[in-house]
Amino acid sequence: MDKDKEPGILKKADEFLQIFKKGEEFTRDLLKENEHLRFRIAELEEAHAQDSNAAKIRNYEDHIRMLEDETESLKKRFRKAEAENRDFAQKYVLVAEENNNLANMYVASYQLHSTLDYEEVLKIVLEIIINLIGARKFSVMLIDKKLEELEPIASEDIDMDNTTKIPIDKGVIGEVVREGESYFSDESIHTESEDPAKPIVCIPLKIKEHVIGVIAIYSFLDQKTGFSDVDYELFNLLAGHAATAIFSSRLYNRSEKEFTTIRNFLALLKGKPTQ
Amino acid sequence: MPTILVVEDSPTMRQLISFAMRRIPGSKVIEATDGVDALKKLSSEKADIILADINMPVMDGLKLVSLVRGSSEFRDIPIIIITTEGAEEDRKKAMDIGANAYLPKPIQTQELIKLVTQQLDKG
Repeated sequence: MDKDKEPGILKKADEFLQIFKKGEEFTRDLLKENEHLRFRIAELEEAHAQDSNAAKIRNYEDHIRMLEDETESLKKRFRKAEAENRDFAQKYVLVAEENNNLANMYVASYQLHSTLDYEEVLKIVLEIIINLIGARKFSVMLIDKKLEELEPIASEDIDMDNTTKIPIDKGVIGEVVREGESYFSDESIHTESEDPAKPIVCIPLKIKEHVIGVIAIYSFLDQKTGFSDVDYELFNLLAGHAATAIFSSRLYNRSEKEFTTIRNFLALLKGKPTQ
Repeated sequence: MPTILVVEDSPTMRQLISFAMRRIPGSKVIEATDGVDALKKLSSEKADIILADINMPVMDGLKLVSLVRGSSEFRDIPIIIITTEGAEEDRKKAMDIGANAYLPKPIQTQELIKLVTQQLDKG
C-alpha cells in the first residue's frame, strides 16, 4: 500500500514543486514588474520634475522679459524726461537772458524819461551808450535843418564841438539820415575810426519816421567782443526813446526860457522888478 | 538775507545793478553815489558785499577798496569792481589792493548775479 501511495506522493510533490516553481516564476515576474513600475514611477517623477522646472523657467523668462520691457520703458521715459529737462534748462537760460534784456531796456527807458532837463537827458544818453552798449568814442548829433548839417550836442572821448559839422547828404551818416536805418560797419568791432564822417555804427534818432539826428560810434571798449541781441535792442531803444527824450527836453528848456523872458518883459512893462 | 551795497555814480547803472541784485532771493540793496557816501552807508548799515565802480567823483572805487581793507570792522566784506576799465593792468591793480572780483562793463546781468552769489557763498 505504501508502494501504491508512493507515486501519488511523488506526483503531488512534483505538482507542488511545479506550483512552487510557478510561484517562484510568478514572484520573479512580480518583482520584475515591480522594478519596471518603480523605474516607470522614477521616470514619471523625473519627467514631472522637469516639466515643473521648465514651467518655472518659463515663468522666470516671462518675468525677466516683463522686467526688461519695463526697464526699457523706464529708460525711454528717463531719456524723454532728460531731454525735456535739457529743453527746460535751455528755455530757462533764454528766459533769464530775455528777462535781463528787458530789465536793461526798462532801466534805460525809465532813466531817459525820468527828467525834462536837457543836460541831464544828454548825460543819461551818454551813460547808456558807455555803460550798457560799451562804446568808448562816440558823438550824439542833431540835424540843423537850415544848414543841412549835423551838429554835435554831446560826445565822449572825441574832439567834436559845435564847430564840427557833418553834412547830411554825404557818406554813411547821410545815408542813415535819409533812410532812417541803423548802419553797422563790416569792419571788426575793435576798429577805431578817426574820421567823424565814418563811424563804425550809426544809429538814427527818430521820432516816428522823422530823423532828428544820429548817434555815431567810432570805437568800442576793448573788452567788448561783439554785438549781442540786447545791443541791437538798445540801439532800437535809443533810436526812439533817446530822440523823444532829447527833443522834448530841448523843447521844454526853450519854452522855459521863453516863458521867463515873457514874464520878465511883462514885469518890466508893469514896472515891477525882475527876479 | 544778504545786504548788497551798490556804489555807482551813474544813476542808470546804479538802477540797473540794483534791479539785478534785487532778484537774488531775500536780498536787500543799499545804494551809494561815491566812495564817501559808501563809507557813510557802511557805518550805519552792515553790508555783506560791495559792488563798486572805479571812476566816481569825490572818492573813487580803488580808494574805497583800500579804505575798506584797512578797516578792522569792514575788511572781510567781499568787493566786486564793475568798471569800463577793461585793461589787465587795471584789473591787477584792483585785485592787488584787495578787490575780490573784477567785472568790466558792459556787464551781463546773469554773470553779475552768479559772481555775487559765489562771493556770498564763500563768506
